[in-house]
Amino acid sequence: MTIRRRALALISGGLDSLLAARVVMEQGIHVEGINFYTGFCVEGHTHAIRKKDRTRPRRNNALWVAEELGIRLHIVDVSEQYKNVVINPKHGYGANLNPCLDCKCFMVGKAVEWIEKQGFDFIITGEVIGQRPMSQRRDTMRIVVRESGVGERLLRPLCAKNLSPTLPEQKGWVDRDKLFGFSGRSRKPQMALARRFGLTDYAQPAGGCCFLTDEAYSRKLADLWQARGSREYELDDIMLLKVGRHLRPRPHFKLIIGREEGENNFLQGYRHQFIQLRINSHPGPLTLIDGEVTPDDCGLAARIAARFSAGRDAEEVEMLLLDRDGSEQLLRVAPLPVAEIRPEWYL
Amino acid sequence: MVSVKYRLDARRLLCPLPVIRVQDRMNSMVAGEMLEVICTDPGAASDIPAWCRINGHKILDMEEREGELVIVIEAGKSG
Repeated sequence: MTIRRRALALISGGLDSLLAARVVMEQGIHVEGINFYTGFCVEGHTHAIRKKDRTRPRRNNALWVAEELGIRLHIVDVSEQYKNVVINPKHGYGANLNPCLDCKCFMVGKAVEWIEKQGFDFIITGEVIGQRPMSQRRDTMRIVVRESGVGERLLRPLCAKNLSPTLPEQKGWVDRDKLFGFSGRSRKPQMALARRFGLTDYAQPAGGCCFLTDEAYSRKLADLWQARGSREYELDDIMLLKVGRHLRPRPHFKLIIGREEGENNFLQGYRHQFIQLRINSHPGPLTLIDGEVTPDDCGLAARIAARFSAGRDAEEVEMLLLDRDGSEQLLRVAPLPVAEIRPEWYL
Repeated sequence: MVSVKYRLDARRLLCPLPVIRVQDRMNSMVAGEMLEVICTDPGAASDIPAWCRINGHKILDMEEREGELVIVIEAGKSG
């Protein structure tokens, strides 16, 4: 009796991992998907927070891919363990605070743990040689194999013909001749393969899936570390970096100012963790103060918050300062003139 | 009238965390048992049903109550 071999596909929600899984399924392999939640996933969060974004159709692309393929998807929360990848990347960062190579080693390593526990035979990724400058080069692909502990159990069906045969090819579980030899940054071969499979509605190929590749986000994370004097974070910290305007008027505190109703509602959930400023006299943002502040600091924060309200040109704006212990204080302040809001305060 | 055995509070969690919490809860449930989950991320309205379809579970009810989304799921055989 022939044993039906089982493979675990790393599913990001993008086109490459979708195609890689599909190519292997075509060869009769049982495939299930795995998707890792790091806390930095772009997927859905801004959409969930910002009210104006909710009118756009929304889907979780990893779930969509799994449904399209007709496979099970296991979504694994690795956010706690992932901190070490972000804080201490052995191979350093990319253009921003993106530790892409360490990230790939980590994720393949987690997939190895999963297949060993579940008795699966090998792992599939949608990597293509030369596709990404840091994690998808021939030399760095070898590093992923070595450091993740995957050995020859990692099949990259889209570029397999450019690499040495892996275990599933050596054993004849998959036919190497039916795999591909894609390389480089061009998306045309993948798009042609997608057409062949009748796939049209996939996520935009160039779409990034991690906030750490975003320059503005990385700048805010670097600021957070510098202000705290240590490279640490909690999940709430990295969520808040996705929300609102961030201004640091003094080294020891910053403001997170909601940009619209959805963000204000989201920030309101942090009432016990941060001092809040709620404007009463005019429509305006909810503002969080992050840091240990003096009454003078609160006064400055209130004047800045007033500047971002509909009362920006009024002589006085009234607001409530809510402390973390639940106590309240009524403030009346003159909005800070726009010329006094220094560009370097914006993170 | 459905008889819910388990309840899960996923309020204030952003997707995919509500899906992950549902998945982790349902992994230890047997076929026919029911879970009620309360969410505030509107994305859960599409993500949780998608996850259920993929994994062979059934959505019995989904309604919005005072800005919160309440979903009742029946575990399928793969749960």
